[in-house]
Amino acid sequence: MKLLVCISQTPDTTAKVSFKSDGKEFDAAGVQFIMNPYDEWYALVRACELREALGGSVTALNVGPAANETTIRKALAIGADDAVRINADPKSAGFVAKQIAEYARSQNFDIIFFGKETIDYNGSEVGGMVAEYLELPYISYASKLELNGNTATLERDIEGGVEVSEVDLPFVVSASKGMAEQRIPNMRGIMTARTKPLVEVAPVDYEESAKAVQFTLPPAKAGVKLIDPENMDELVRLLHEEAKVI
Amino acid sequence: MVLVFAESPRGVIKKSAFEAVTYGKKTADLLGTSCVALTLGSVKNAGELGVYGASKVLHIADAAFDHFDSQAVAAAIAAVAQQQGATVVVLSHSSTGKSIAGRLSIRLNAGLVSGVNSLPTVNGASLHVKKTVFSGKAIAEYEINSTVKVLSLMGNAVKPEATGAAVTVENVAATAQGRIRVKEVKTQEGIVPLPEAEIVVSAGRGMKDPANWGIVEDLATTLQATTACSRPVADSHWRPHHEHVGQTGIAIRPNLYIAIGISGAIQHLAGVNNSKVIVVINKDPEAPFFKAADYGVVGDLFDIVPRLNTSLQKFKAAH
Repeated sequence: MKLLVCISQTPDTTAKVSFKSDGKEFDAAGVQFIMNPYDEWYALVRACELREALGGSVTALNVGPAANETTIRKALAIGADDAVRINADPKSAGFVAKQIAEYARSQNFDIIFFGKETIDYNGSEVGGMVAEYLELPYISYASKLELNGNTATLERDIEGGVEVSEVDLPFVVSASKGMAEQRIPNMRGIMTARTKPLVEVAPVDYEESAKAVQFTLPPAKAGVKLIDPENMDELVRLLHEEAKVI
Repeated sequence: MVLVFAESPRGVIKKSAFEAVTYGKKTADLLGTSCVALTLGSVKNAGELGVYGASKVLHIADAAFDHFDSQAVAAAIAAVAQQQGATVVVLSHSSTGKSIAGRLSIRLNAGLVSGVNSLPTVNGASLHVKKTVFSGKAIAEYEINSTVKVLSLMGNAVKPEATGAAVTVENVAATAQGRIRVKEVKTQEGIVPLPEAEIVVSAGRGMKDPANWGIVEDLATTLQATTACSRPVADSHWRPHHEHVGQTGIAIRPNLYIAIGISGAIQHLAGVNNSKVIVVINKDPEAPFFKAADYGVVGDLFDIVPRLNTSLQKFKAAH
């Protein structure tokens, strides 16, 4: 079983978001970075569980600068066997997908894992792009993944429920809550992560076709209007006349 | 031409597809071109897309499309887009749209922006579109400069507008080429799914016990709202997982979100802060959720919620 888990580095969930250069660029000053939670908690852990049950290897892949190696080592501490870092600034979903696809093309992975989306750009774009480059089936937002020989059974989150499907290896999947439980790396994992292989790969050329050109912060809320708990008629009146939502 | 893929799970065009067609029509007007809709599989009401702005509806009838496979659907949309010379393809940012958007952008060599929430602006051969990023903490404007552009439209971002009349449906020959075998679709019938809901009534640990949920359900019934819950409630199995809204659960953007007994942790806010109006009911005046709320009621939810329900019933009877 040869498994690839694509991990992103994102600002921490609680990070204060701000921009510099007139809103052209994210301001990373003072921001704590983490492994994108869906990549870590669900995709990486499920890949490690499958490797533990069936043998094989888990490779963690990140497109990013050398500063991302702390995040990559964490993936190794959680259980990936080796890691690849494609040495480039992850400029856009299209750029990242191209890099991953070019790397994975010759490697014959059985399953390529992603988190359902990143918590920074919230696009959920890269998995589908990689699947199309490699002409593989793609199941997104999977909350369950079981393997039986060469066939996987998956549950995919859809509006108001789940869809159960089967697909044969190889395929691409994006993971949502339910696929696995978060793992905290143990001391042994942290120690061995230091010596596991982490290979640096040069990026390939890519022509950008969609890029973020301007960031703004949402308008501040006017502030909460407190309503007398004894007077719910007043709340209903405001929802109707002022907010116009009922 | 602007091509809109209109989803029709279980044979019926979705509300989000009418939103996408309305968006597609307005985008086509900006570009001085027409808006064409595409439906796949067994569809009962495809012609209705004309009411919301499609000048023509194309349909691929192969029933194999009734079972979703991102590869087959993306290939079919791409083939039609190329045949028809589409310059913009609009999808819904739904579970289906998210599965096909990336694929389609590669097939069409197109720039993609997913989850757009307002009409594009035209800048020469480029389009500028906006979406929220950083889980609602910022807004990003994207420039797309490829010849073909793919956009997926966030749910509840535009209202479907009935401006035209039903149109005839033209069949296009194509077959589904997929490798995924769908075994079962398990959905709750008769409930508006959370990502599409216009009103959501949500409750948290302040409810103290799952047996107390009757007052929340009663309020939801009065408002014809969908019920939701916070993560601790879902994790304790007080409520089913599919009700969990927040960062790890479902992200929603209803017109009205009523949060009952939820403190408003940042992970919860990340999934709900795009709601147009937020009402928070909590006994703790220091609950962080009040900072993100439009209206707040400080007090005992077990008193307040039934009284709010009575006031709403009175309002509904009078309107």
